[in-house]
Amino acid sequence: MATSVSALTRIRSARLAGMTFTDYGFYVLCGTAIVLLATQAVLDPRTFFQVLDFGIADGAIYALVALGYTMVYGIIELINFAHGDIFTLSAVIGSAILGFFTVSENTFSLTEFVTLLLVFPVVMLMIGGINVTIERVAYRPLRNAPRLAPLITAIGMSFIVEGVMYLWHGSAIIHFPDLLPHGPGFQTYIGGVFFTFKDIFVIVAAVILVSLLAVFINASKLGKAMRATAQDRDAAQLMGIDINRTISATFFIGAVLAAAGGIIYGLYFNNLDYHLGFSVGLIAFTAAVFGGIGNIPGAALGGLLIGLVKAFSDNYVGSRWTHIIVFSILIAVLVFRPTGLLGMRVPEK
Amino acid sequence: MSNRVAAPPRSLFARLRLRERIRDRDTAIYGLLLLVALVFPAISLYTSDGSTYLIAVAGHAGTYVLLAIGLNVVVGFAGLLDLGYAAFFAIGAYTYALFASQQLLASPIHHAYHFPFWLMMFVGLIIAASAGAILGFPTLRLRGDYLAIVTLGFGEIVPQVFQNFDQWTGGINAIGGIDQPTLPAWVTGPWAGADSISIVAPFSFSFDPIAYYVLIFILVSVAIVLVNNLQRSRLGRAWMAIREDEVAAAAMGINTVTTKLLAFGIGASFSGFAGAYYGASFGLVSPDDFLFIVSITVLVMIVLGGMGSIPGVIVGAITVYFILNWFLPLLPPAVQSLASSIGLGSLNARSGDWPGLGNETQNVTLLLFGLILVSMMLVRPQGLFPSRVREQELKHATGQEDEAAIEQAHA
Repeated sequence: MATSVSALTRIRSARLAGMTFTDYGFYVLCGTAIVLLATQAVLDPRTFFQVLDFGIADGAIYALVALGYTMVYGIIELINFAHGDIFTLSAVIGSAILGFFTVSENTFSLTEFVTLLLVFPVVMLMIGGINVTIERVAYRPLRNAPRLAPLITAIGMSFIVEGVMYLWHGSAIIHFPDLLPHGPGFQTYIGGVFFTFKDIFVIVAAVILVSLLAVFINASKLGKAMRATAQDRDAAQLMGIDINRTISATFFIGAVLAAAGGIIYGLYFNNLDYHLGFSVGLIAFTAAVFGGIGNIPGAALGGLLIGLVKAFSDNYVGSRWTHIIVFSILIAVLVFRPTGLLGMRVPEK
Repeated sequence: MSNRVAAPPRSLFARLRLRERIRDRDTAIYGLLLLVALVFPAISLYTSDGSTYLIAVAGHAGTYVLLAIGLNVVVGFAGLLDLGYAAFFAIGAYTYALFASQQLLASPIHHAYHFPFWLMMFVGLIIAASAGAILGFPTLRLRGDYLAIVTLGFGEIVPQVFQNFDQWTGGINAIGGIDQPTLPAWVTGPWAGADSISIVAPFSFSFDPIAYYVLIFILVSVAIVLVNNLQRSRLGRAWMAIREDEVAAAAMGINTVTTKLLAFGIGASFSGFAGAYYGASFGLVSPDDFLFIVSITVLVMIVLGGMGSIPGVIVGAITVYFILNWFLPLLPPAVQSLASSIGLGSLNARSGDWPGLGNETQNVTLLLFGLILVSMMLVRPQGLFPSRVREQELKHATGQEDEAAIEQAHA
């Protein structure tokens, strides 16, 4: 056993033209994927670009959820299992608020536009507040507890949020008003590929939100405090940063992005149930790890890639294999790139 | 707080007393558990008029105890977070189900195998352990939570694979008609409905809850002895060294990869064991029995019980199983009868939007379970019965932090 392990280490660190064996493995993996997809693109460009379109829209939503996972993990090293359910809760609250207005799903007039403009900030603020409360109640008291204790309260919180939605709507499918302009006037064929207004909306909204986040993290004082806290909590505290406030802000922003993602999901797919957050959260968390957990551009990239992988595998392999393919790719990427696609190699403490 | 800073270093005598306390509490819990395990079947038979339902439930709880003991080796001893433990459970269960039923007759090899349970239990163990080693070999050099994600991914893949290769495993239709274990001889008596105590030979378990209860009791006892010895062995100490500080452990000459691999393999082997038992006792194995929620439940059991402490995780497993499968399902009828006995019986009826008290209680069970988890964790973050060694370490660590805070305040 011992000899085989050391042999493995030797193989891993062996270098050829400046790259390690694992780097080659990673590039071979990427190369194979590109060749396979390129073949499909040449054989049937129409299907290929259609799937690409759907995959990007789907991936944009995963990216928004993944950002919350990665930010929370980056700052307190907690896998926030409740995050996926926060995402679902925002869609449920959004649909409830829209229920107060007499919106029409068939025409897009000023009323619909105003309600849309209204529902986004209201739900984002509410969900942000809820997530900050969750952090205050369930995670902060356990900050110095054994590492797995907050993980269990996160699982408990996930059950609580799901339980609230179950109490509210039961296991029935919840309809989210189809508010975005749709129908013959808002869809078009470009080169045989079917585009709808909704696809464009999802992608543009996600790009705007992610850019705002990037500006906030890199340019604002609070963003700087977040980066400092993520790097070294004690040192940040010594520099006069209010750790509790910074962590609360992280939870708030993560929830705001998830809330936007939830409403966009509702507007795009129109149907959800109380249990949706479980699977979306699992995939989004995978996306965060894929990009390198704790790394914000990584989460956005990871979400996009997972969306694409899902769409391509649904279409070319069959949807019942999608789960297997997504997680196999995840394991393979981590074997060859142990810190994710964009993750840094941190020295061991 | 200043007292603690000024406290003299612990004398040898104090350490000795500490060791005595460790032994005392754990022995007490083991003794209590043994007593309950032995008396429980008699009491439940007597009080429920010969119904073996509760014994069957207890037998199933035993499966989870076995799983918790195994996961404790990986998470509690070696400190590797495993979020896909149910995968190894599934591998054990399917190994037994495939080779002890008619299932493979319909598969491309057209031949049904019927290996005995006692053999397949160990085959399941070996296959689950090898699966753990195969998964661990390329991935165990990953740091901390990346490993957790790999195991999570593995836990998602395995049930899906069993579901998708339906030619072999029957897919979503599950594998039924799994062979029952047989013994050359067994004792029967009034508890099994016979007139007098006598010996039956040969004996088939044929879903007899009492026989399964005895079997799981023996399996759990063997597992407890095994892990206790493992914990005290050279390997167990190496696991704890890796858990506390991997770099320091490697510097002391511990081969971290092999040690972690062994933790993974040994942890998985317990669930392979449990899987074979599960397949036999239910006679049905379906991919839905091994979803992510099973891994999470077992993790909750060991963290709640007190990671790293064997009696702790056993109590944790029994507590969580009891809450999930006895307390929460029985709550709605209990609430209903309570309401009628205190004169609020009108609440039980359904009216308008109100679904009736019973149904409403049913609807809040998920919420309630979450609340129980969160509040238990907030009250006892270290678990119900934490390992004394770890408790001391944690106390020591926070003590140091307090000192640092004091220094900070002075500066």
